[in-house]
Amino acid sequence: MNVRMSSDRPLVKMQSIVKSFSGFKANDSISFELFSGEVHALLGENGAGKTTLMNILSGLYIPDGGNLSVNDIEQDFSSPRDAIHAGIGMVHQHFMLVPSQTVWENMILGLSEVPQFLPKKKIQSRIREISEHYGLSVDPHARIWQLSIGEQQRVAILKMLFRDAGVLILDEPTAVLTPQETVKLFLTVRQMKSEGKGIIFISHKLDEVMDLSDRVTVLRKGKNVGTVKTGEVTKEKLAEMMVGTKVSFSVSKQKLSPGRPLLSAEKMKVINDRGLCAVNDISLEIKENEILGIAGIAGNGQTELCEALVGLRNLKSGSIRLGNKILTKASPKTFISAGIRYIPADRKGTGLIPNMDVNENSILKRYWQVPVSRGITINWKIVFEFAKTIVEKFHVDTPSMLTPVRNLSGGNLQKLMLGRELSDTPAVIVAVHPTWGLDVAATNFVRKVLLKERERGAGILLVSEDLDELLSLSDRLAVIHKGQFMGILNEPSGVSAESIGMMMAGTKLDPENEVCA
Amino acid sequence: MRMLKIEKRLNLPLWLNLSIPLAAVTLALLTGGIFLGFLGVSPLKAYSEMLISSLGDSYGISETLVKAIPLALASIGVMLSFKMLIWNIGAEGQIFIGALATAAIVRYLPVSNPALMFILMFLSSAIAGGCWASVAGFLKARWQVNEIITTLMMNYIAIHLVDFFVYGPWRDPASLGFPMTPPFPDAARLMQFGNSRVHLGIFIAIIFAFLFYWLIGWTKWGYEIRVIGENPRAANFAGIDYVKNVVIVMFISGAIAGIAGMCEIAGLQGRLQHGFSASFGYTAIIVAWLARLHPLVILFVSLLMGALLVGGDSLQIVMHLPLSSILVIQGLILFFVLGGEFFRRYRIQFISRKDG
Repeated sequence: MNVRMSSDRPLVKMQSIVKSFSGFKANDSISFELFSGEVHALLGENGAGKTTLMNILSGLYIPDGGNLSVNDIEQDFSSPRDAIHAGIGMVHQHFMLVPSQTVWENMILGLSEVPQFLPKKKIQSRIREISEHYGLSVDPHARIWQLSIGEQQRVAILKMLFRDAGVLILDEPTAVLTPQETVKLFLTVRQMKSEGKGIIFISHKLDEVMDLSDRVTVLRKGKNVGTVKTGEVTKEKLAEMMVGTKVSFSVSKQKLSPGRPLLSAEKMKVINDRGLCAVNDISLEIKENEILGIAGIAGNGQTELCEALVGLRNLKSGSIRLGNKILTKASPKTFISAGIRYIPADRKGTGLIPNMDVNENSILKRYWQVPVSRGITINWKIVFEFAKTIVEKFHVDTPSMLTPVRNLSGGNLQKLMLGRELSDTPAVIVAVHPTWGLDVAATNFVRKVLLKERERGAGILLVSEDLDELLSLSDRLAVIHKGQFMGILNEPSGVSAESIGMMMAGTKLDPENEVCA
Repeated sequence: MRMLKIEKRLNLPLWLNLSIPLAAVTLALLTGGIFLGFLGVSPLKAYSEMLISSLGDSYGISETLVKAIPLALASIGVMLSFKMLIWNIGAEGQIFIGALATAAIVRYLPVSNPALMFILMFLSSAIAGGCWASVAGFLKARWQVNEIITTLMMNYIAIHLVDFFVYGPWRDPASLGFPMTPPFPDAARLMQFGNSRVHLGIFIAIIFAFLFYWLIGWTKWGYEIRVIGENPRAANFAGIDYVKNVVIVMFISGAIAGIAGMCEIAGLQGRLQHGFSASFGYTAIIVAWLARLHPLVILFVSLLMGALLVGGDSLQIVMHLPLSSILVIQGLILFFVLGGEFFRRYRIQFISRKDG
């Protein structure tokens, strides 16, 4: 790969940055340089200090020590406004946009030099100019809530370009995009690069890092493990740098023929929170010893589908049954006692209770069962023993059993939740983004656990945004778009990522090649 | 150049946990002292008068206990709903309704056996207060009607409903026009201890405090309401019935406040009269927060607040200060304690900046 460096002087220079939180060193003397005309990837597990470092660069945190200079001028940001002023723009994972306002209103929000009487026409034409130049097409008059996630991301990037940012920080920008949108984003990034802007690209996806970046800096436990030229490393080498040990990417999946059907749903229609039809006429079957993958862009009805399948959302029409047991209008508790378990995407928001401790969280799905409780009382001694077995079996790293789970890392939260949901050999597991935001080691652990459950005989529904994960784990793969299945692939590994991407974007599977179950 | 930086605290050392509320009360008393100074009273003299009159002798202590009883009961009630993030600020109204039901029993169903009479009054006040509160609970759970508004509005209804009866049909003909019912018969009076005014209610309060301490920490139901309060989505995920639990908790919350009303009139005043509760239902909210929603701490804080009320009364009598001055001091304490909450959650650092 050709590394362009338009000058020897770095655009951004961070030297020996130190930042501690109550004694924990999130950044332990990290140095980092970004040149103009460079895409610099920032890699690292969760908790490695990437976000902290970028929050310092974008003015959200003030470092305890170290120097930061932009364009050779020493900087001392005390707020994001200072950073923006110095030409640093951060596109956060959750875009900081006002949903009820229009695109152009969002553009000028927070600008310091906006005149009292807005030169509206001028602003809008400038937005058009920039968006055409970078291929970021978006209607300046649209309101944010009307836009798809991909479009919102474009607005967030435009907002930074509108401010003439010379440095763009993109925090996991592809997590919410379709493969096609990702290609488009990369074109935009390359365009910005060719104009001498510096781009910091935070990602977990090694393929994208290899594809897009010129150099990679790997952080581990708050330290800079090394900065390398992308052309001179391999994916495996990067992963090794991230975790410190060699990791294998291949998950060994045992060949199993699916058994009898467990959970079957017929012609489900489900309404979302806004009263719109989110799942439109979906029928599916999950069999023993099988993982049914669901691919699709976020917001196409996956959440509603899963919530309906575990009894948390009522069906508008259609039916659900487990074996011979009809569950169509059953309560969530009936679904639980029927042996259906749910790994929600939103760990802290739905799956766990952040302010309660490990013990208390471990019994969320069984606090009413003997021996955890007898009569009306809960036996905390038995709870403690039970929680301890989960913690040991699933390697949950917690300071104590009485630690509020809000203090645990994402990987440990997920292990705790998996341990809880899988503790009594469930028949069906509905898992949504089970490896989202986890580091490599935790991701592998979660995948292995799911495969083990499959071997044991469980039927698993797996929703993921990671296509590689879906392809390597699923026995069958359904692609969802606007609440409908575009097709169910019986041999997912034989299908190209491009054609799945087409289905994710709304093209139905060609009926001639269709191998529908 | 120096500047402030505010950061979230990850953990709270014990010394801070203790010193923050202490500092808050100290600051409140200091500010109150300035205020008293403006009123032309020596703050030291005023505070020592308050201390001596409320805790200095057996009479003072007994009066403090008398005030602490309704505070503790109503506070346990609101604590329960607060645990579930249901903002029941209707304890005052529930106290009035409980008292109204008690007076109705005394008037229409008098029994000569004191024990039976107590059971009747206890149950009727609990049911009345409970039903009154569960109206707001049901509206909240079923249709997301803001419970702060409904419970507050229902306070006015309850207070004026009591007024209707004590000014109208239930007024004692011998009261010389005062809005009050006739005195209750002896069978309808709660036992009092020695020659003090401390009554049976003190045991009810202590029993309830321990009962709910146990219920919240060691039972399935307590677990359910804590889960709902901490994370309603997780509660739904675990199949915990939100609507049912909100109505139940509001019923119990109102029932305990209703019992507080019963204790106040059957234990202390011996009749139902206009404005018999000195805003205990509102002060109970302060008590519950100061006690950080812990049932046993509520007992202790109720005593302190009771002492503050008794001390305030004596300030009125001895120093001729208006009642509102004591309310100001109460308000200051709450203000500083809630303000101290900020320092429990965040830490503030001074950072020196190089001038660029």
